[in-house]
Amino acid sequence: MPDVTKTDIKNAVASGPQAALQLPEPKPEKSRSLWGDAWGDLRRSWIFIVSSVLIVILLLITFFPGWFTGVDPTSGDLAKHFLQKPRLGNIGSPDWLGYDQQGRSVFARVIYGTRASIAVGFGTTIAVTVVGGLVGMIAGYFGGIVDSVLSRLTDVFFGIPFLLGTMVVLNSFQDRTTWVVIGALSFFGWTQIARVMRGAVITTKQADYVHAAQALGASTPRIMFRHILPNTLAPVIVVATISLGIYISAEATLSYLGLGLNGVSWGNDISDGGNQIRVAQWIMLYPSIMLIITVLAFIMLGEAVRNALDPKMR
Amino acid sequence: MGRYVARRLLQMIPVFIGTTLLIFLMVYALPGDPVRGLFGDKGGSPQVIAQLRHQYGLDQPILVQYWHYMKNMILHGDFGTQIASGRPVTDVLGDAFPVTLRLGALAFVIEFVLGIALGITAGLRAGRVTDNAILLVTLLLISVPVFVLGYILKVVFAFNLNWLPPNVNDSTNINELLMPAIVLATASLAYVTRLTRTSIAENLRADYIRTAIAKGLPKRRVVGVHLMRNSLIPVITYLGTDIGALMGGAVVTEGLFNIQGVGGTIAQSIVRREGTTLVGLVTILVIVYLLANLLVDLLYAVLDPRIRYA
Repeated sequence: MPDVTKTDIKNAVASGPQAALQLPEPKPEKSRSLWGDAWGDLRRSWIFIVSSVLIVILLLITFFPGWFTGVDPTSGDLAKHFLQKPRLGNIGSPDWLGYDQQGRSVFARVIYGTRASIAVGFGTTIAVTVVGGLVGMIAGYFGGIVDSVLSRLTDVFFGIPFLLGTMVVLNSFQDRTTWVVIGALSFFGWTQIARVMRGAVITTKQADYVHAAQALGASTPRIMFRHILPNTLAPVIVVATISLGIYISAEATLSYLGLGLNGVSWGNDISDGGNQIRVAQWIMLYPSIMLIITVLAFIMLGEAVRNALDPKMR
Repeated sequence: MGRYVARRLLQMIPVFIGTTLLIFLMVYALPGDPVRGLFGDKGGSPQVIAQLRHQYGLDQPILVQYWHYMKNMILHGDFGTQIASGRPVTDVLGDAFPVTLRLGALAFVIEFVLGIALGITAGLRAGRVTDNAILLVTLLLISVPVFVLGYILKVVFAFNLNWLPPNVNDSTNINELLMPAIVLATASLAYVTRLTRTSIAENLRADYIRTAIAKGLPKRRVVGVHLMRNSLIPVITYLGTDIGALMGGAVVTEGLFNIQGVGGTIAQSIVRREGTTLVGLVTILVIVYLLANLLVDLLYAVLDPRIRYA
């Protein structure tokens, strides 16, 4: 022990002036913003790393499905009978995960189905965050009668079971494009963000710096978006990330009920495969696994972000 | 207390009107026609269709239809007529509701008991292996869509192991209802576990817990009385809103296991554009949801004496 202290002292003495100069270095860490602090936490969280890697891969599949398979997911070859078992050794080839009833490659369909889920998930989350955020901001900031009306409106939409509402809307569309599904999910989905936003705005608007901005004569939009918004984002981001996964799951459920997207999507394939469940489980198994991994990735990301942003959880 | 309940009941009225009106508008303002649906591909003569439309009041403006519907419902308890079968909607409801109620109650018991037990187990060991394992499992359970889980359980327990029947024939038989109830409860179970866990872990550091331990109270009493009573409030809130969600979620579960309940009836009436049946069923669900929320708010006062309703 004494040796160690001696060398330590020696080093300290030897590098005296430099050490003194370097002293202020660690200081900035203390004054890091909430976001800088959260980012530091996130980088060290394995949940965040795993989910980000998964999401990057999913985004690559979404934008460049051709990199992963050269087979057209809609071209069926009935000679490739679906009772021919998957060849799990042939990784990446069309027969890797077997064929469905119409002789289409399950692997190609799993790859090309990604785009539908990711598009609906991101589209709905963005729409819901913008609409819910605006409603919550206006209700929370103005209070009084505006708040009462908007809050009752939120209650009305919240009172209708989410899945039932979207089913009723989607049932009246013959041509269910991505936009239609995003619209139907957003129509009933914005309430949660609106409630979270309203709560956050009500706490934030009592802060001194908001009163100061008001006293300085800042315009209402400026106070709302420059002063209040940055401090209400944390809970909204957490809810939005987690609900992204939930919307992907909801889209698949609607497809299962026969009210989802027209075209290649995991939900449609799982629903079709469900009819062959006793003879050819792989038709529904692999889209299901992809679906679960995707939803899990976004929910894990939301979890990691929540842990980083919410000091209570530490 | 009485005044508080009265005020809450009054506040429910606009929400109730808004929700039913929204459903009404969605069903009737969007394209499609239940009377034409009766005739299938052949199509009926215009006179007959006009006659039927008149008989069901479908030729009137939407708001007038809504007004008549609500008037009959509130004054006479008349929810209208199911057009496909010609039966009163109250009859259809009477058949379907007890089935879903049994399924929902079983699912509720599962999520309540298992969720709180798992949540306490994890919360008391916050940050350790058991806690992390339980948290990971709940994330996985949230990520598996209901219908996928249903298929998986069906393949494993019904087809491969032959332990449980794949479909429900007799909804009074608990054995047959068990698998659908588990499927219905899973996602909520995961949420209840996580909420309980967070709440317990947070309150464990509170001063009153240190006091209770310092007083020398047995651990059973510290956890069972002091900790539980303070930690359960957010959980109760969630369980209250979840009663409505369970009824709505039954659409998928009942379809999967061929149960003739509210969910199945709702799915059918959506596809057939049966406005009256749909509005009736959703109205009941909304009433259940609103009352459950009120009940939760009143339970707060029981759990936390600091909350008083004047």
